[in-house]
Amino acid sequence: MSEVILTVQDVTKVYTMGAEKVHALRGINLEVAQGEYLSIMGPSGSGKSTIFNMIGGLDSPSAGEVLFEGAKLAHLSSAQLAWFRCHKIGFIFQSFNLIGSMTTLENVSIARVFAGASLEQAKQEAAEVLTRVGLGHRLTHLPSQVSGGQQQRIAIARALVNKPSIILADEPTGNLDLKTGEEIIDLLAEMKQDLGITVITATHDLKMLSRSDRVILIADGQIRRITKKGEVEIEVGSVDGETVA
Amino acid sequence: MGEIPVQKDVPWLVTFKISWGSLRRRLLRSLVTMTGVVLAIAFLAHMLITDSIIYALVEVNERALNILLQKSDVDISNVGTGDSLMVLFLFLTLLITLVGISNSMFMAVTERVREIGTLKCLGAHDNFIIRSFLIESSLQGVLGTLCGIILGMTVALSVALVSYQAYVFKYFPLAAVIKALMISFVIGTVLSVVASIIPAYMAARKQPVEALRHEE
Ligand SMILES: Nc1ncnc2c1ncn2[C@@H]1O[C@H](COP(=O)(O)OP(=O)(O)OP(=O)(O)O)[C@@H](O)[C@H]1O
Ligand SMILES: [Mg+2]
Repeated sequence: MSEVILTVQDVTKVYTMGAEKVHALRGINLEVAQGEYLSIMGPSGSGKSTIFNMIGGLDSPSAGEVLFEGAKLAHLSSAQLAWFRCHKIGFIFQSFNLIGSMTTLENVSIARVFAGASLEQAKQEAAEVLTRVGLGHRLTHLPSQVSGGQQQRIAIARALVNKPSIILADEPTGNLDLKTGEEIIDLLAEMKQDLGITVITATHDLKMLSRSDRVILIADGQIRRITKKGEVEIEVGSVDGETVA
Repeated sequence: MGEIPVQKDVPWLVTFKISWGSLRRRLLRSLVTMTGVVLAIAFLAHMLITDSIIYALVEVNERALNILLQKSDVDISNVGTGDSLMVLFLFLTLLITLVGISNSMFMAVTERVREIGTLKCLGAHDNFIIRSFLIESSLQGVLGTLCGIILGMTVALSVALVSYQAYVFKYFPLAAVIKALMISFVIGTVLSVVASIIPAYMAARKQPVEALRHEE
Protein backbone atom coordinates (compact mmCIF):
# COMPACT_ATOMS: atom_id res chain seq x y z
CA MET A 1 0.00 0.00 0.00
CA SER A 2 2.69 2.50 0.80
CA GLU A 3 6.26 2.88 -0.29
CA VAL A 4 9.34 1.25 1.13
CA ILE A 5 11.20 3.57 3.48
CA LEU A 6 13.89 1.23 4.68
CA THR A 7 15.76 -1.62 3.05
CA VAL A 8 18.14 -4.01 4.77
CA GLN A 9 20.16 -5.99 2.21
CA ASP A 10 22.18 -9.08 3.11
CA VAL A 11 23.42 -7.48 6.27
CA THR A 12 25.92 -9.41 8.31
CA LYS A 13 27.75 -8.37 11.43
CA VAL A 14 30.75 -10.13 12.81
CA TYR A 15 32.34 -9.09 16.08
CA THR A 16 35.93 -10.11 16.47
CA MET A 17 36.96 -10.70 20.03
CA GLY A 18 40.57 -11.72 19.98
CA ALA A 19 40.73 -14.97 18.04
CA GLU A 20 37.03 -15.63 18.42
CA LYS A 21 34.42 -14.43 15.93
CA VAL A 22 30.85 -13.76 16.96
CA HIS A 23 28.38 -13.82 14.08
CA ALA A 24 25.70 -11.49 15.42
CA LEU A 25 23.87 -11.22 12.08
CA ARG A 26 24.08 -13.74 9.24
CA GLY A 27 22.46 -12.16 6.21
CA ILE A 28 19.36 -10.18 7.08
CA ASN A 29 17.01 -9.04 4.31
CA LEU A 30 14.11 -6.80 5.13
CA GLU A 31 11.92 -4.11 3.61
CA VAL A 32 9.92 -1.80 5.80
CA ALA A 33 7.02 0.25 4.47
CA GLN A 34 6.25 3.82 5.44
CA GLY A 35 3.84 3.84 8.40
CA GLU A 36 4.34 0.20 9.27
CA TYR A 37 4.45 -1.11 12.83
CA LEU A 38 7.06 -3.83 12.88
CA SER A 39 8.09 -5.95 15.82
CA ILE A 40 11.28 -7.93 15.98
CA MET A 41 11.45 -10.71 18.48
CA GLY A 42 13.80 -13.49 19.29
CA PRO A 43 15.74 -14.94 22.17
CA SER A 44 18.38 -12.96 24.01
CA GLY A 45 21.52 -12.66 21.92
CA SER A 46 19.74 -13.34 18.65
CA GLY A 47 20.82 -10.00 17.17
CA LYS A 48 17.84 -7.69 17.72
CA SER A 49 19.80 -4.78 19.12
CA THR A 50 22.45 -5.28 16.47
CA ILE A 51 19.84 -4.79 13.72
CA PHE A 52 18.61 -1.65 15.44
CA ASN A 53 22.10 -0.25 15.60
CA MET A 54 22.49 -0.76 11.85
CA ILE A 55 19.14 0.82 10.99
CA GLY A 56 19.80 3.81 13.23
CA GLY A 57 23.22 4.41 11.75
CA LEU A 58 24.83 3.80 15.12
CA ASP A 59 27.04 1.04 13.83
CA SER A 60 27.99 -0.23 10.40
CA PRO A 61 27.46 -3.72 8.97
CA SER A 62 30.40 -6.04 8.27
CA ALA A 63 28.81 -6.69 4.86
CA GLY A 64 25.58 -5.72 3.14
CA GLU A 65 23.74 -2.43 3.01
CA VAL A 66 21.14 -0.48 4.91
CA LEU A 67 19.25 2.00 2.74
CA PHE A 68 17.03 4.77 3.97
CA GLU A 69 14.83 6.06 1.18
CA GLY A 70 17.41 4.74 -1.22
CA ALA A 71 20.43 6.39 0.46
CA LYS A 72 23.13 4.00 1.62
CA LEU A 73 23.92 4.70 5.26
CA ALA A 74 27.41 3.28 4.91
CA HIS A 75 28.30 6.07 2.49
CA LEU A 76 27.40 8.89 4.85
CA SER A 77 29.92 11.07 6.66
CA SER A 78 29.61 11.42 10.43
CA ALA A 79 27.96 14.83 10.01
CA GLN A 80 25.44 13.37 7.56
CA LEU A 81 24.75 10.51 9.95
CA ALA A 82 24.15 13.04 12.71
CA TRP A 83 21.63 14.80 10.48
CA PHE A 84 19.99 11.48 9.64
CA ARG A 85 19.68 10.41 13.28
CA CYS A 86 18.43 13.85 14.23
CA HIS A 87 15.77 14.31 11.59
CA LYS A 88 14.75 10.83 10.52
CA ILE A 89 15.12 8.50 13.50
CA GLY A 90 13.66 8.64 16.99
CA PHE A 91 15.38 6.31 19.44
CA ILE A 92 13.70 4.80 22.47
CA PHE A 93 15.75 2.65 24.81
CA GLN A 94 14.96 0.05 27.41
CA SER A 95 16.83 2.06 30.04
CA PHE A 96 15.30 5.40 28.93
CA ASN A 97 18.72 7.10 28.58
CA LEU A 98 17.62 10.52 29.71
CA ILE A 99 20.24 13.08 30.65
CA GLY A 100 20.19 13.19 34.44
CA SER A 101 21.21 16.82 34.80
CA MET A 102 18.55 18.10 32.43
CA THR A 103 14.90 18.74 33.20
CA THR A 104 12.08 17.01 31.38
CA LEU A 105 11.74 20.01 29.11
CA GLU A 106 15.46 20.27 28.39
CA ASN A 107 15.77 16.55 27.67
CA VAL A 108 13.26 16.97 24.87
CA SER A 109 14.17 20.44 23.63
CA ILE A 110 17.85 19.60 23.15
CA ALA A 111 16.85 17.30 20.28
CA ARG A 112 15.07 20.27 18.66
CA VAL A 113 18.15 22.42 19.16
CA PHE A 114 20.25 19.83 17.34
CA ALA A 115 17.76 20.10 14.48
CA GLY A 116 18.49 23.82 14.29
CA ALA A 117 15.70 25.38 16.36
CA SER A 118 16.41 28.33 18.65
CA LEU A 119 16.31 27.65 22.40
CA GLU A 120 12.99 29.45 22.81
CA GLN A 121 11.34 27.75 19.90
CA ALA A 122 12.73 24.37 20.95
CA LYS A 123 11.32 24.73 24.46
CA GLN A 124 7.94 25.72 23.19
CA GLU A 125 7.71 22.80 20.80
CA ALA A 126 9.08 20.39 23.41
CA ALA A 127 6.41 21.53 25.86
CA GLU A 128 3.73 20.86 23.26
CA VAL A 129 4.93 17.30 22.62
CA LEU A 130 5.33 16.66 26.36
CA THR A 131 1.78 17.82 26.97
CA ARG A 132 0.66 15.46 24.28
CA VAL A 133 2.27 12.45 26.01
CA GLY A 134 0.69 13.54 29.29
CA LEU A 135 3.64 15.21 30.99
CA GLY A 136 2.72 18.87 30.65
CA HIS A 137 2.74 19.16 34.44
CA ARG A 138 6.26 17.77 34.92
CA LEU A 139 8.30 20.09 32.71
CA THR A 140 10.77 21.27 35.34
CA HIS A 141 11.30 17.91 37.04
CA LEU A 142 14.55 16.03 36.69
CA PRO A 143 14.41 12.43 35.42
CA SER A 144 15.23 11.16 38.92
CA GLN A 145 12.10 12.89 40.18
CA VAL A 146 9.59 11.10 37.95
CA SER A 147 8.52 7.46 37.66
CA GLY A 148 9.90 4.94 35.18
CA GLY A 149 6.79 5.11 33.02
CA GLN A 150 7.02 8.89 32.97
CA GLN A 151 10.70 8.70 32.07
CA GLN A 152 9.80 6.53 29.10
CA ARG A 153 7.15 9.06 28.09
CA ILE A 154 9.80 11.77 28.17
CA ALA A 155 11.94 9.56 25.96
CA ILE A 156 9.02 9.12 23.57
CA ALA A 157 8.45 12.87 23.45
CA ARG A 158 12.16 13.31 22.76
CA ALA A 159 11.99 10.74 19.97
CA LEU A 160 8.95 12.47 18.43
CA VAL A 161 9.92 16.10 18.74
CA ASN A 162 11.77 16.23 15.44
CA LYS A 163 8.95 14.44 13.59
CA PRO A 164 11.07 11.46 12.55
CA SER A 165 10.17 8.97 9.83
CA ILE A 166 11.07 5.98 11.96
CA ILE A 167 10.85 5.27 15.67
CA LEU A 168 13.33 2.63 16.79
CA ALA A 169 12.36 1.22 20.16
CA ASP A 170 14.59 -1.48 21.62
CA GLU A 171 12.56 -3.24 24.33
CA PRO A 172 10.84 -0.03 25.41
CA THR A 173 8.77 -1.80 28.05
CA GLY A 174 11.59 -3.98 29.37
CA ASN A 175 12.08 -1.95 32.54
CA LEU A 176 8.42 -1.23 33.22
CA ASP A 177 5.67 -3.08 35.03
CA LEU A 178 2.84 -4.61 33.00
CA LYS A 179 0.35 -1.80 33.27
CA THR A 180 2.84 0.98 32.62
CA GLY A 181 4.27 -0.98 29.75
CA GLU A 182 0.82 -1.28 28.25
CA GLU A 183 0.33 2.47 28.47
CA ILE A 184 3.60 3.01 26.66
CA ILE A 185 2.56 0.57 23.94
CA ASP A 186 -0.78 2.36 23.55
CA LEU A 187 1.05 5.64 23.26
CA LEU A 188 3.37 4.32 20.56
CA ALA A 189 0.45 2.84 18.62
CA GLU A 190 -1.40 6.14 18.91
CA MET A 191 1.59 8.05 17.56
CA LYS A 192 1.84 5.63 14.70
CA GLN A 193 -1.85 6.12 13.92
CA ASP A 194 -1.90 9.89 14.27
CA LEU A 195 1.43 10.83 12.77
CA GLY A 196 1.98 8.00 10.32
CA ILE A 197 5.39 7.28 11.80
CA THR A 198 7.00 3.93 11.08
CA VAL A 199 7.56 2.09 14.36
CA ILE A 200 10.10 -0.71 14.73
CA THR A 201 10.37 -2.35 18.10
CA ALA A 202 12.27 -5.21 19.61
CA THR A 203 10.15 -6.85 22.22
CA HIS A 204 9.12 -9.91 24.16
CA ASP A 205 5.84 -8.26 24.99
CA LEU A 206 2.77 -10.11 23.67
CA LYS A 207 0.63 -7.01 23.73
CA MET A 208 3.11 -5.24 21.59
CA LEU A 209 3.13 -8.12 19.11
CA SER A 210 -0.63 -8.05 18.77
CA ARG A 211 -0.45 -4.41 17.69
CA SER A 212 2.12 -5.05 15.02
CA ASP A 213 1.51 -5.11 11.30
CA ARG A 214 4.30 -7.67 11.03
CA VAL A 215 6.31 -9.68 13.49
CA ILE A 216 9.77 -10.82 12.51
CA LEU A 217 11.22 -13.70 14.43
CA ILE A 218 14.96 -13.88 14.44
CA ALA A 219 17.23 -16.47 15.96
CA ASP A 220 20.97 -16.77 15.80
CA GLY A 221 21.30 -13.76 13.53
CA GLN A 222 18.85 -14.95 10.89
CA ILE A 223 15.22 -14.24 10.12
CA ARG A 224 13.27 -17.41 10.89
CA ARG A 225 9.73 -16.33 10.27
CA ILE A 226 7.70 -13.30 9.29
CA THR A 227 4.15 -13.19 10.57
CA LYS A 228 1.61 -10.69 9.23
CA LYS A 229 -1.15 -9.10 11.22
CA GLY A 230 -4.06 -11.43 11.83
CA GLU A 231 -1.90 -14.50 12.02
CA VAL A 232 -0.15 -13.07 15.02
CA GLU A 233 -2.40 -14.18 17.84
CA ILE A 234 -2.29 -17.82 16.89
CA GLU A 235 1.42 -17.89 16.39
CA VAL A 236 2.96 -16.16 19.34
CA GLY A 237 2.14 -18.56 22.15
CA SER A 238 5.19 -20.62 21.57
CA VAL A 239 7.78 -20.19 18.90
CA ASP A 240 10.14 -22.98 18.01
CA GLY A 241 9.53 -24.51 21.37
CA GLU A 242 10.51 -21.34 23.12
CA THR A 243 8.13 -19.45 25.30
CA VAL A 244 7.83 -15.83 24.33
CA ALA A 245 6.85 -13.03 26.71
CA MET B 1 15.28 11.07 -0.92
CA GLY B 2 18.36 12.35 -2.70
CA GLU B 3 21.41 13.58 -0.88
CA ILE B 4 21.31 13.58 2.93
CA PRO B 5 22.44 16.99 4.21
CA VAL B 6 25.20 17.67 6.70
CA GLN B 7 24.17 18.33 10.30
CA LYS B 8 24.69 22.00 11.24
CA ASP B 9 26.62 23.16 14.28
CA VAL B 10 24.81 24.42 17.35
CA PRO B 11 25.94 28.04 17.94
CA TRP B 12 28.49 28.63 20.71
CA LEU B 13 26.16 30.74 22.79
CA VAL B 14 23.43 28.10 22.74
CA THR B 15 25.97 25.41 23.56
CA PHE B 16 27.14 27.54 26.47
CA LYS B 17 23.63 28.00 27.82
CA ILE B 18 22.93 24.26 27.60
CA SER B 19 26.24 23.34 29.24
CA TRP B 20 25.84 25.86 32.03
CA GLY B 21 22.31 24.68 32.71
CA SER B 22 23.31 21.09 33.14
CA LEU B 23 26.54 21.85 34.99
CA ARG B 24 24.61 23.90 37.53
CA ARG B 25 22.52 20.89 38.44
CA ARG B 26 25.39 18.57 39.12
CA LEU B 27 27.59 21.12 40.76
CA LEU B 28 27.99 19.17 43.98
CA ARG B 29 28.77 15.97 42.19
CA SER B 30 31.18 17.67 39.85
CA LEU B 31 32.98 19.21 42.82
CA VAL B 32 33.53 15.72 44.16
CA THR B 33 35.10 14.76 40.85
CA MET B 34 37.05 17.99 40.99
CA THR B 35 38.71 17.17 44.32
CA GLY B 36 41.84 16.37 42.32
CA VAL B 37 41.89 19.91 40.97
CA VAL B 38 40.98 21.44 44.32
CA LEU B 39 43.72 19.61 46.21
CA ALA B 40 46.37 20.12 43.54
CA ILE B 41 45.71 23.84 43.34
CA ALA B 42 45.45 24.12 47.13
CA PHE B 43 48.87 22.54 47.30
CA LEU B 44 50.29 24.88 44.68
CA ALA B 45 48.73 28.00 46.15
CA HIS B 46 49.86 27.01 49.62
CA MET B 47 53.40 26.55 48.37
CA LEU B 48 53.55 29.84 46.53
CA ILE B 49 51.96 31.87 49.30
CA THR B 50 54.07 30.37 52.07
CA ASP B 51 57.09 31.06 49.93
CA SER B 52 56.31 34.69 49.39
CA ILE B 53 55.51 35.23 53.07
CA ILE B 54 58.77 33.64 54.20
CA TYR B 55 60.68 35.57 51.59
CA ALA B 56 59.17 38.82 52.84
CA LEU B 57 59.92 37.98 56.46
CA VAL B 58 63.51 37.02 55.76
CA GLU B 59 63.99 40.33 53.97
CA VAL B 60 63.02 42.14 57.18
CA ASN B 61 66.05 40.62 58.91
CA GLU B 62 64.99 41.25 62.50
CA ARG B 63 66.54 39.25 65.35
CA ALA B 64 63.38 38.00 67.05
CA LEU B 65 61.85 37.18 63.69
CA ASN B 66 64.94 35.36 62.49
CA ILE B 67 64.76 33.15 65.54
CA LEU B 68 61.15 32.30 64.73
CA LEU B 69 62.12 31.55 61.16
CA GLN B 70 64.92 29.27 62.25
CA LYS B 71 62.56 27.50 64.61
CA SER B 72 60.39 26.57 61.67
CA ASP B 73 63.39 25.26 59.75
CA VAL B 74 63.79 28.08 57.27
CA ASP B 75 67.29 28.27 55.86
CA ILE B 76 67.59 32.06 56.09
CA SER B 77 70.80 32.42 54.15
CA ASN B 78 69.39 30.57 51.18
CA VAL B 79 65.83 31.87 50.74
CA GLY B 80 65.07 33.48 47.42
CA THR B 81 68.35 32.51 45.84
CA GLY B 82 66.56 29.87 43.79
CA ASP B 83 68.53 26.95 45.13
CA SER B 84 68.17 23.66 43.30
CA LEU B 85 66.10 22.05 46.04
CA MET B 86 63.56 24.82 45.74
CA VAL B 87 63.35 24.43 41.96
CA LEU B 88 62.93 20.70 42.34
CA PHE B 89 60.19 21.20 44.87
CA LEU B 90 58.35 23.63 42.62
CA PHE B 91 58.70 21.23 39.74
CA LEU B 92 57.24 18.42 41.82
CA THR B 93 54.37 20.64 42.85
CA LEU B 94 53.55 21.35 39.23
CA LEU B 95 53.77 17.69 38.40
CA ILE B 96 51.35 16.80 41.18
CA THR B 97 49.01 19.54 39.95
CA LEU B 98 49.17 18.21 36.42
CA VAL B 99 48.50 14.60 37.42
CA GLY B 100 45.72 15.57 39.84
CA ILE B 101 43.95 17.70 37.28
CA SER B 102 44.23 15.38 34.30
CA ASN B 103 43.04 12.52 36.42
CA SER B 104 40.00 14.49 37.54
CA MET B 105 39.15 15.65 34.05
CA PHE B 106 39.55 12.17 32.65
CA MET B 107 37.13 10.85 35.25
CA ALA B 108 34.66 13.64 34.54
CA VAL B 109 34.51 12.63 30.88
CA THR B 110 34.55 8.87 31.44
CA GLU B 111 31.60 8.90 33.78
CA ARG B 112 29.56 10.58 31.05
CA VAL B 113 30.37 8.44 28.04
CA ARG B 114 26.86 6.96 27.97
CA GLU B 115 25.44 10.44 27.95
CA ILE B 116 27.60 11.20 24.94
CA GLY B 117 26.19 8.13 23.19
CA THR B 118 22.66 9.32 23.89
CA LEU B 119 23.41 12.81 22.57
CA LYS B 120 24.77 11.29 19.39
CA CYS B 121 21.58 9.29 18.94
CA LEU B 122 19.68 12.57 19.19
CA GLY B 123 21.78 13.93 16.38
CA ALA B 124 24.56 15.77 18.21
CA HIS B 125 27.40 16.73 15.94
CA ASP B 126 30.86 15.74 17.24
CA ASN B 127 31.65 19.44 17.54
CA PHE B 128 28.78 19.98 19.94
CA ILE B 129 30.11 17.31 22.25
CA ILE B 130 33.66 18.61 22.17
CA ARG B 131 32.53 22.19 22.71
CA SER B 132 30.16 21.45 25.51
CA PHE B 133 32.78 19.42 27.31
CA LEU B 134 35.28 22.19 26.81
CA ILE B 135 32.87 24.74 28.24
CA GLU B 136 31.93 22.55 31.16
CA SER B 137 35.48 21.61 32.02
CA SER B 138 36.57 25.24 31.87
CA LEU B 139 33.79 26.21 34.24
CA GLN B 140 34.54 23.23 36.47
CA GLY B 141 38.22 24.05 36.30
CA VAL B 142 37.62 27.66 37.32
CA LEU B 143 35.41 26.53 40.16
CA GLY B 144 37.74 23.82 41.39
CA THR B 145 40.65 26.21 41.09
CA LEU B 146 38.88 28.88 43.14
CA CYS B 147 38.04 26.37 45.85
CA GLY B 148 41.63 25.14 45.80
CA ILE B 149 43.01 28.66 46.07
CA ILE B 150 40.79 29.45 49.03
CA LEU B 151 41.79 26.22 50.74
CA GLY B 152 45.50 26.67 50.03
CA MET B 153 45.46 30.30 51.13
CA THR B 154 43.63 29.51 54.35
CA VAL B 155 46.09 26.80 55.29
CA ALA B 156 49.14 28.85 54.30
CA LEU B 157 47.96 31.90 56.26
CA SER B 158 46.99 29.86 59.32
CA VAL B 159 50.33 28.11 59.44
CA ALA B 160 52.18 31.39 58.92
CA LEU B 161 50.15 33.05 61.68
CA VAL B 162 50.90 30.25 64.12
CA SER B 163 54.62 30.31 63.30
CA TYR B 164 55.31 34.02 62.96
CA GLN B 165 52.39 35.61 64.75
CA ALA B 166 51.82 39.32 64.21
CA TYR B 167 54.87 39.66 62.00
CA VAL B 168 52.81 38.20 59.18
CA PHE B 169 50.43 41.17 59.27
CA LYS B 170 53.16 43.69 59.79
CA TYR B 171 55.18 42.62 56.77
CA PHE B 172 52.45 41.05 54.69
CA PRO B 173 53.67 40.82 51.06
CA LEU B 174 50.34 41.70 49.47
CA ALA B 175 51.61 42.07 45.91
CA ALA B 176 53.52 38.79 46.02
CA VAL B 177 50.56 36.91 47.45
CA ILE B 178 48.22 38.30 44.80
CA LYS B 179 50.71 37.26 42.19
CA ALA B 180 50.83 33.77 43.70
CA LEU B 181 47.04 33.60 43.62
CA MET B 182 46.96 34.65 40.02
CA ILE B 183 49.59 32.14 39.00
CA SER B 184 47.61 29.36 40.73
CA PHE B 185 44.42 30.50 39.03
CA VAL B 186 45.90 30.54 35.56
CA ILE B 187 47.68 27.20 36.00
CA GLY B 188 44.54 25.55 37.42
CA THR B 189 42.24 26.79 34.69
CA VAL B 190 44.56 26.21 31.78
CA LEU B 191 45.51 22.72 32.94
CA SER B 192 41.84 21.82 33.48
CA VAL B 193 40.92 22.79 29.96
CA VAL B 194 43.96 21.18 28.37
CA ALA B 195 43.51 18.01 30.39
CA SER B 196 39.89 17.65 29.30
CA ILE B 197 40.44 18.22 25.58
CA ILE B 198 41.92 14.81 24.96
CA PRO B 199 39.27 12.70 26.73
CA ALA B 200 36.47 14.87 25.30
CA TYR B 201 37.86 14.49 21.82
CA MET B 202 38.20 10.74 22.27
CA ALA B 203 34.67 10.49 23.61
CA ALA B 204 33.22 12.52 20.76
CA ARG B 205 34.91 10.32 18.18
CA LYS B 206 33.52 7.13 19.69
CA GLN B 207 30.96 5.18 17.68
CA PRO B 208 27.60 5.82 19.34
CA VAL B 209 27.07 2.09 20.01
CA GLU B 210 30.32 1.87 21.91
CA ALA B 211 29.42 4.91 23.94
CA LEU B 212 25.96 3.55 24.70
CA ARG B 213 27.33 0.22 25.79
CA HIS B 214 29.64 1.92 28.25
CA GLU B 215 28.69 1.12 31.84
CA GLU B 216 28.41 4.08 34.21
N1 LIG C 1 30.28 -5.30 21.00
C1 LIG C 1 30.13 -6.63 20.87
N2 LIG C 1 31.21 -7.42 20.86
C2 LIG C 1 31.08 -8.76 20.71
N3 LIG C 1 29.92 -9.38 20.60
C3 LIG C 1 28.81 -8.66 20.60
C4 LIG C 1 28.84 -7.23 20.74
N4 LIG C 1 27.57 -6.77 20.72
C5 LIG C 1 26.79 -7.85 20.57
N5 LIG C 1 27.53 -8.98 20.50
C6 LIG C 1 27.01 -10.35 20.31
O1 LIG C 1 26.15 -10.33 19.21
C7 LIG C 1 25.02 -11.18 19.45
C8 LIG C 1 23.74 -10.38 19.25
O2 LIG C 1 23.64 -9.40 20.27
P1 LIG C 1 22.39 -8.42 20.42
O3 LIG C 1 22.72 -7.44 21.46
O4 LIG C 1 22.03 -7.91 19.09
O5 LIG C 1 21.27 -9.42 20.95
P2 LIG C 1 19.75 -9.08 21.34
O6 LIG C 1 18.91 -9.93 20.45
O7 LIG C 1 19.52 -7.64 21.33
O8 LIG C 1 19.68 -9.66 22.81
P3 LIG C 1 18.81 -9.12 24.07
O9 LIG C 1 17.43 -9.64 23.89
O10 LIG C 1 19.49 -9.78 25.23
O11 LIG C 1 18.91 -7.65 24.09
C9 LIG C 1 25.21 -11.73 20.83
O12 LIG C 1 25.74 -13.02 20.74
C10 LIG C 1 26.19 -10.80 21.48
O13 LIG C 1 26.94 -11.49 22.42
MG1 LIG D 1 19.10 -6.20 22.87
